[in-house]
Amino acid sequence: MKRFLYEVIESWRIAAAQMRSNMTRSTLTALGVIIGIIAVTLMGTAVNGISTGFDKSMAVLGDDVLYVTQWPWKPVDDWWNYRDRKRIKTEYAETLNRVISKTPNTNLVVAVPTSNLFRSIKYGGNQVDNVFVLGTTSDFTLTSTIDCKEGRFFSEIESRGGANVVVIGYDVADALFPAESPIDKQVLINGQLFKVVGVNSRQGTFLGLFSWDSMVALPLGAFNKYFSGKSESDVRVKVKDKTKVNEAKDELTGLMRRVRGLQPEQKDDFSINEQQAFKSTLDPVKNSIAFAGLFITGLSLFVGAIGIMNITFVSVKERTKEIGTRKALGARRRTILLQFLIESTALCLLGGFIGLTLAFLLCLALAAAVPSFPIHFSIGLVLASMIVSVITGLLSGFAPAWSASRLDPVIALRYE
Amino acid sequence: MDERDFVRPRGPIVIDIENITKDYVMGQETVRALRGVSLQIHRNEYIAVMGPSGSGKSTLMNMLGCLDTPSSGRYEFNGRNVAEMDDDELAAIRNREIGFVFQTFNLLPRSTSLRNVELPLIYAGIDPDTREEQAAQALIDVGLGDRMQHKPNELSGGQRQRVAIARALVNKPSIILADEPTGNLDSKTGEEIMALFEHLYQRGNTIILVTHERDIAAHARRTVHLRDGLIESDEVKQDRQVQDRHEAIPV
Repeated sequence: MKRFLYEVIESWRIAAAQMRSNMTRSTLTALGVIIGIIAVTLMGTAVNGISTGFDKSMAVLGDDVLYVTQWPWKPVDDWWNYRDRKRIKTEYAETLNRVISKTPNTNLVVAVPTSNLFRSIKYGGNQVDNVFVLGTTSDFTLTSTIDCKEGRFFSEIESRGGANVVVIGYDVADALFPAESPIDKQVLINGQLFKVVGVNSRQGTFLGLFSWDSMVALPLGAFNKYFSGKSESDVRVKVKDKTKVNEAKDELTGLMRRVRGLQPEQKDDFSINEQQAFKSTLDPVKNSIAFAGLFITGLSLFVGAIGIMNITFVSVKERTKEIGTRKALGARRRTILLQFLIESTALCLLGGFIGLTLAFLLCLALAAAVPSFPIHFSIGLVLASMIVSVITGLLSGFAPAWSASRLDPVIALRYE
Repeated sequence: MDERDFVRPRGPIVIDIENITKDYVMGQETVRALRGVSLQIHRNEYIAVMGPSGSGKSTLMNMLGCLDTPSSGRYEFNGRNVAEMDDDELAAIRNREIGFVFQTFNLLPRSTSLRNVELPLIYAGIDPDTREEQAAQALIDVGLGDRMQHKPNELSGGQRQRVAIARALVNKPSIILADEPTGNLDSKTGEEIMALFEHLYQRGNTIILVTHERDIAAHARRTVHLRDGLIESDEVKQDRQVQDRHEAIPV
């Protein structure tokens, strides 16, 4: 064991000396690994970022909220079975709330109706088109994390009275009010004036997934009064205990069947969705992006590894006589194998370290240039790329190191 | 062999070779490099192996140095059967029992004298402190106490060969196997190296010298001539004869 340790230390020394004396060659060879590691690391960062972006967008939905909708949140083959379902009405929320308040030990907290459509918003000379306009009640804050940068969400009184007030998203505020505070200003939506009472803090958008930033919310009463077009409605129900989502789902299904007046033999004509269901349809997409991306960038690392293998073969050839001498002095096969494996690993580690540093700087630059792109440079990634470097070194060095260890000392000593 | 040939008492047998052969397959034909060689080498002998090229001299040296195993025959090194050892066992024997001195020195070019001499000790698994101490002592023994931190390219040919000899000695091997140790040196430096071998012999080392030069072989106490894979002659000189020679050369 001790002997093995001395051999390892000795091999590292040789590797360092070898790299120093063949500076140009080592640098060029390491370059292959540097590029490979940069590619893989950046892709890893991007994959991490995509994942974070998904999760962030998912968080908007809330993990303790059930969504009663006409269409399920998953791809369906038998769309005709859903098309003719009765629409979900916002009034269901009131009915549900009445029942919930009378049911002891219920798993449900509150039902919140929402309606939405897309409209333009104007203020002064500024206009934003296709804004997601959401009509809801003040209970909405219970089902979704609303964090107001300025002002507040509309109150229960405003909600019940259907007041002309609005809470606007970060990007909407930014476009309409580039230089002033939007609070208490009157914006024009669909020809109606609404007073801005709150501005949401920035959430960030990702891959066109839903974001509060480009949304406005106003009381449902006002929404129904002024927007008569084709709006989408659903009812959101907050669950008391998120570990009992399934029980809550069953309870809600029962309630909704009563609301819809369904006979026992009739099938559900509504869908109850949760964040998890949405996630499970998106996860395969996320995973295949990750897999494809890492595979393609992995190819560049593979090319780098071939470079290392090549140079290790050259090194073995050049130092055949040295190998012979070492064997004559008592180096065993294992010793020689170890020496060349460590040399190729050292090259890969060097490349990996430089590559990682460059990738880190590139990430900083990218984050500064494109702030909306979610970049996630983690310790795990650093460790992973170092491990990848070591494995690359071991794999690419193995064939040459093996051939070196098998050299016949007599022939190796005679080699000129 | 007659007892009267030896002035010194004979030590125990280190190398015992009996009827070894070595065949090389070269393409279609088989070359018989050794055709049945028997040889006994005792502790503290100074023996020269001579022969023209193609005589099997190098092959015998590879056998003696445990770099290769015979095709047939018996080879015992300190009573251990070498003929059937695997690569790693041979490596261990070379490491502990044999000190190699090569014609081309075979030093690691980027390592200092001290690190070169330490090398066999690393393979023997000696700890760093002891290693350095022993390597330094070996260098002092060959008169290079002031050249420990020099790299081979900062040393003269004679000094390089001294480093190589120190490296051969550092593990206190049973035999020192020198293959044309003066072949790359001028004659004056060559004589200095031979004087060093003589000194090592006087101190009790066993030296096997492989050479084709009569002058060099003349330093040894016993000369084995090879021809066509067989031992042609095996002469033992008295110490007297060699000493006369040494007195003639100013060291």
